[in-house]
Amino acid sequence: MDMKVSKKLGLKERYTMMTRDLAWDTTFQPMDKVFPQVGYEGIKIHDWDKWEDPFRLTMDAYWKYQAEKERKLYAILDAFNQNNGHLSVTDARYINVLKLFLGSTPPLELMAARGFSMVARQMVGAGPRVACMMQSVDEYRHFQTQIHSISNYNRFYNGLDEFAHQQSRMWYLSDGKSFFDDAITAGPFEFMVAIGFAFEYVLTNILFVPFISGAAYNGDMAAMTVGFSAQSDEARHMTLGLECIKFMLEQDPDNLPIVQRWIDKWTWRGTRKLASVGMMMDYMLPKRIMSFKEAWEIYFEQNGTALFTDLARYGVKVPKCFGQTIEEKEHITHQSWIGFYMKPDACPFHTWIPAPDELDWLSEKYPNTFDKYYRPVLEHFDRQEKAGKRFNNKTQPMNCQVCVSTIKFNEPGDPMEMCFRETVYKGEKFHFCSDHCKEIFENEPEKYVQTFISSHAALQGKCEPEGTDVNAHDYRPGARMHAYWRMDKRATGDFNGSEDQKNFAKWRAQATKN
Amino acid sequence: MTLLKTLAPYDFPSSDAVENYAGRQLLYINWERHRMFSRPFVLALPPETPFGEIIDAYMSDCFSYHPDWAQIDWSKVEWRNGNRPFSPDRNKSLADNGIGHKDLIRLATPGLDGIAGSGY
Repeated sequence: MDMKVSKKLGLKERYTMMTRDLAWDTTFQPMDKVFPQVGYEGIKIHDWDKWEDPFRLTMDAYWKYQAEKERKLYAILDAFNQNNGHLSVTDARYINVLKLFLGSTPPLELMAARGFSMVARQMVGAGPRVACMMQSVDEYRHFQTQIHSISNYNRFYNGLDEFAHQQSRMWYLSDGKSFFDDAITAGPFEFMVAIGFAFEYVLTNILFVPFISGAAYNGDMAAMTVGFSAQSDEARHMTLGLECIKFMLEQDPDNLPIVQRWIDKWTWRGTRKLASVGMMMDYMLPKRIMSFKEAWEIYFEQNGTALFTDLARYGVKVPKCFGQTIEEKEHITHQSWIGFYMKPDACPFHTWIPAPDELDWLSEKYPNTFDKYYRPVLEHFDRQEKAGKRFNNKTQPMNCQVCVSTIKFNEPGDPMEMCFRETVYKGEKFHFCSDHCKEIFENEPEKYVQTFISSHAALQGKCEPEGTDVNAHDYRPGARMHAYWRMDKRATGDFNGSEDQKNFAKWRAQATKN
Repeated sequence: MTLLKTLAPYDFPSSDAVENYAGRQLLYINWERHRMFSRPFVLALPPETPFGEIIDAYMSDCFSYHPDWAQIDWSKVEWRNGNRPFSPDRNKSLADNGIGHKDLIRLATPGLDGIAGSGY
């Protein structure tokens, strides 16, 4: 009696059965009624089966890999925390990187998770649906692990406890929020170009260098391990973004101008978002890895040039903003740091003037610009602080209507002049930080007239803490922003003299002396 | 022409329309080549506000931290509303000076270029 044993499935067959074979065309309702979003952006798809799954991974293998990574990650986090790992970082100033990161990044990972699960529902082809669903789960995991890795610091340092409340309210977090609000309110293909391609592919390394290498360089094993745990996911995300671009371009020549406009738009929006990331590299990491300028040259100029050379066969050109970002790489981190330094009351993290040897490092890394445009004002602030007159600018900033950055970047070609652009739409004036943001607005003004600008909303009386009496005779809109933001006073102000600085020094002394 | 594409009618009001400011209007102020302040700043003021008050109260309050503020020769300053040069009358209101909602007033002080001529 012979048993008939069926052959074990190969990986490829298994993948096909677990993904493609589970997809079917609807019969109760026509497909275009069930999937209306794939058509309205103007992208033409003729054959969804031409989608090449760049990363063949079945759900069961996915769970297995991810679970293994989680176990390792949490074992390391536990060991780091048990060992008072927070005292092994280079300097208490480093912890301010985590404060800025916590407010600006995990909430955006969560938005990415929502975006990809939305796109997974909207796409017709089974290949992109599966890939987007797995990316959504990844983004959710990143959101959680980032928060978990930083939560131990919250037991010891100020300014980490209200990031979720502050995310939708705080002036300097509006740029990242607007970035994702813009992407998630676009159609599925634009979302894929925005997040899958421009952010995950073109710009992601610039994020990884300061956070992950920065954490490693500065003794933060917790944040470093989170980064490594995310890295294999990122490789999958990058290939998905690139595949989506190629798929759209191969499907129909009419897709090219639409895709090119999205590449131009989202590369620029991502670049603006990265100004504050660059600032961490140049100003906030006590032990520096490389300058933002050097990172930009390697990861954007060189890698980006190679990428767009590769895409040239589809007719894609380098993003329109390419030249401007090269000019700006010498300036934006300094402009951003001065921007935060001037607002000691309005940030839940500390700022400071770099030490003399750090100023020298900046002079060396930015020989064309630092001594001429930025060092004098930093030294001026330092003298003022030492004389008891620490700069504290109390006015409300003007913001760009599109990227929501405070207006602080210079006119191209003239580092001393502020760059202003404006347009009039339906009788109302709108202001921008650059030609690129102005163009984005003019392409879709209906969308960007709704931008949330914190200082404007405050002046409308929309940013009041609970219990504010708007009928009181001395009521002034926006006068109680600190309460509205739930700002912990101990978390604000200059690093010098802060509770974090004192506690870190005290605890470290206890750990190393009798 | 708009490139916006939507699945349904899409018509939402501007977040910062003048009606939202209860009789006031937004005004942005910038001091050219003095970028240490935040940045151009924004105010919400009634259109009847005299222009002199902008200088004496708001600009002075913010900008007097800068050593150049005391050096300004007010007979030589140049004003622009957006990109258009204009000569504001201190005693007239914002409205009578032709300053509307969300206008950007730019003060240039020739010869003063910020700390060590850095534009800050």
